[in-house]
Amino acid sequence: MAAATSTFKPMDHVHGDPLEIPELACGAMAGSKPYVAAPGQQEALGFPGELVENWQEKAINRLGELVDNSRALRVFLDSCVKCGACTDKCHYFLGTGDPKNMPVARQDLLRKVYRRYFTWSGKYVPWLVGAQDLTKDVLDDWYSHFHQCSQCRRCSVYCPYGIDTAEISMAARDIMDTVGLGQKYSNEIIGKVFNIGNNLGLPAKALKATLAGLEEDVEEETGVPVRFPLDEKGADILLVTPSADFFASPHMEGLIGYAKVMHEAGVSWTFSSYASEAANFGMFVGSQENMQKVAQRIHKAAEELGVKRLVFGECGHAWRVAYSFLDTLAGPFDFLDQNYPIPQHICEFTNDLIDQGKLRFDKSRNDAIRLTFHDSCNVARASRMGDKPGGQFEIPRAILRATCNHFYDMAADTIHEHTLCCGGGGGLLTDELMDVRLKGAQPRMRALQQVAEDHGVTHMAAICAICKAQFSKVLPQYGFDMESIVSVHQMVSNAIILTGSIQEQDYEAARLSVLQEV
Amino acid sequence: MLTTAFALSFYTAALVLAGGLGYRIWLYASTPAPLKIPTTPAPLTHSGVAARMFREVVFFQSLFNANKWIWLFGWIFHMALALVVLRHLRYFLQPVPEILVLVQPFGELAGFAMVAGLIALWARRLIVPRIRYISGPSDHLMLALLVAIGISGLTMTYVAHTDIVAVKGFFLGLMYFNWQPLPSDPVLLVHLGLVAALMIIFPFSKLLHAPGVFFSPTRNQADDSREHRYVGSARLEAMSRKA
Repeated sequence: MAAATSTFKPMDHVHGDPLEIPELACGAMAGSKPYVAAPGQQEALGFPGELVENWQEKAINRLGELVDNSRALRVFLDSCVKCGACTDKCHYFLGTGDPKNMPVARQDLLRKVYRRYFTWSGKYVPWLVGAQDLTKDVLDDWYSHFHQCSQCRRCSVYCPYGIDTAEISMAARDIMDTVGLGQKYSNEIIGKVFNIGNNLGLPAKALKATLAGLEEDVEEETGVPVRFPLDEKGADILLVTPSADFFASPHMEGLIGYAKVMHEAGVSWTFSSYASEAANFGMFVGSQENMQKVAQRIHKAAEELGVKRLVFGECGHAWRVAYSFLDTLAGPFDFLDQNYPIPQHICEFTNDLIDQGKLRFDKSRNDAIRLTFHDSCNVARASRMGDKPGGQFEIPRAILRATCNHFYDMAADTIHEHTLCCGGGGGLLTDELMDVRLKGAQPRMRALQQVAEDHGVTHMAAICAICKAQFSKVLPQYGFDMESIVSVHQMVSNAIILTGSIQEQDYEAARLSVLQEV
Repeated sequence: MLTTAFALSFYTAALVLAGGLGYRIWLYASTPAPLKIPTTPAPLTHSGVAARMFREVVFFQSLFNANKWIWLFGWIFHMALALVVLRHLRYFLQPVPEILVLVQPFGELAGFAMVAGLIALWARRLIVPRIRYISGPSDHLMLALLVAIGISGLTMTYVAHTDIVAVKGFFLGLMYFNWQPLPSDPVLLVHLGLVAALMIIFPFSKLLHAPGVFFSPTRNQADDSREHRYVGSARLEAMSRKA
């Protein structure tokens, strides 16, 4: 199961209509498969170590259980009329041309088995309704093509019945885990959260050292002792953020931005080493038990630290789990201060302060940057910010406009709820899937290329750790600078004027000299 | 003999349709929705959800955003079908309500629009490679069935009239369990036979999209998970993993 070999040259594909429909290329991506989870990684999550002997029977039983317990799954499997509305909506189809990456065709991989075993027509006239036995070939197809879905929900925006392929691929992955055929990347990561507390496996000691280092750096840069507290009982706010923020660029620059905002707001806050992960890969593998176990860590940390508020850092699917599922899976959070949103997004937190005039920015510090914004799927189509529908689009942009003089949106049919996945979401951010990740990024890269040509855009901001990591890898392949992907709070960090900082002195001096000239 | 056969067919078809659909709706309603999964931006209130659902069901809003051709042909077909069905109510109601008298001329024209919409959708299914790829035998047969019903109906309206008064007598007789003879025009028998078949197929086919859309969690849930704790399913914790 090596990475699919490919002659795909991204630079040849970066120009053109982002939504250009490719010709069908049957079987083009059949070879794309992630590494299979090792027995230990499976068992840590409560799944069989390897493919069980009676996998077929077990898989069918599990499918039945899932359908009985999910209205979405039942309605989605029954309702599709094959109208074709979704066929050109998946970025992996647009990038690969493989017809099995059309959302309806991906769903049909599961639907044909559902029909065969759970519907009257599939039992008695399978040839008529496209019902098929669950064979090893079908299972292989599942393993390949349900790991070419980033669960981005773009198809669900356009389906006349709201059929969400993410739900289907989550169910399929749950079934595969149940029979012992798990995906290494996601399951290994969930295991790390259980054992260590975060996806990257950073122990508390390492976190402490990292945060202490950041305190030094920021003080050196600004002259202000901005704190990066960890496990401080009695703090008002628990900030839960993807562990990538503690580790790599451009994530960490965003983390510095959070800390500066918290400092300037004058609130008491803390990270938690026990809940040092906002991400929840339990959602990607469709396992409600594992998703719940990961989510409950946040409840436990919040309760033990005695915080009053819960704020989440920049992470796409984490915000979906936090915003939409956390209260259901790990609630109630009645011990928190009910006067604040539970949970709150860091962008909401920062934007509120901007609206109240409590933050000052020197936008010229971002003048070297001409910026666009990539809406992350799970924020755009599975959550909200603020108190109005669509706040998840307006609030991050409001922050960027407040911190940067040059902001340009990409084409309207590639942003907001129409946004295109980065190509690495949903548990696909692993090296052996680089081929499908590169191809899946093509529509977004083309949209970026357009604003680069039309408006001289040099950088793209995002609020998702997966997007940032994926773009860091694929941008250079498409001819952009690796560092042209930035965190939203990196822009905040660049421009914010902390009270008493070196930057404040410079800023005041500059203002004074302008006044004197006048 | 003929009357008996068609009478029994229609009783069977009506029972299968009502029973099958009722069972399916009961299943949809009683299956838990464990989590909040509206596709956002979504309405924040239940009245907002009702408005969204209205736009979906009456105007096919999402489909409009997806693909203008499929929307156009699909919308024409469905609206025409609604008018045609409405017009046909006159064969089951005595006296005929005023509103149906008003609908009558539009209903007759709608017959053409319905068949035209269906043929256009079918053409896309055959011509566009993506849609041809996802089409199976049942998708083509469903279109064939609907087109045949439409054409046989139009034939009786515009080419070979049937004894419509007797047809109405037959259906009223069915409803009041006082059977009346059914005219034996071949076109009529084809039309009625296909309609009975459609009624029987309905609860076992993709026609379930009709009730399904109302139960689709991505469309019928309000975006209020921060305002009200959602406890979607009493079975959430109880769902045991048997497999």
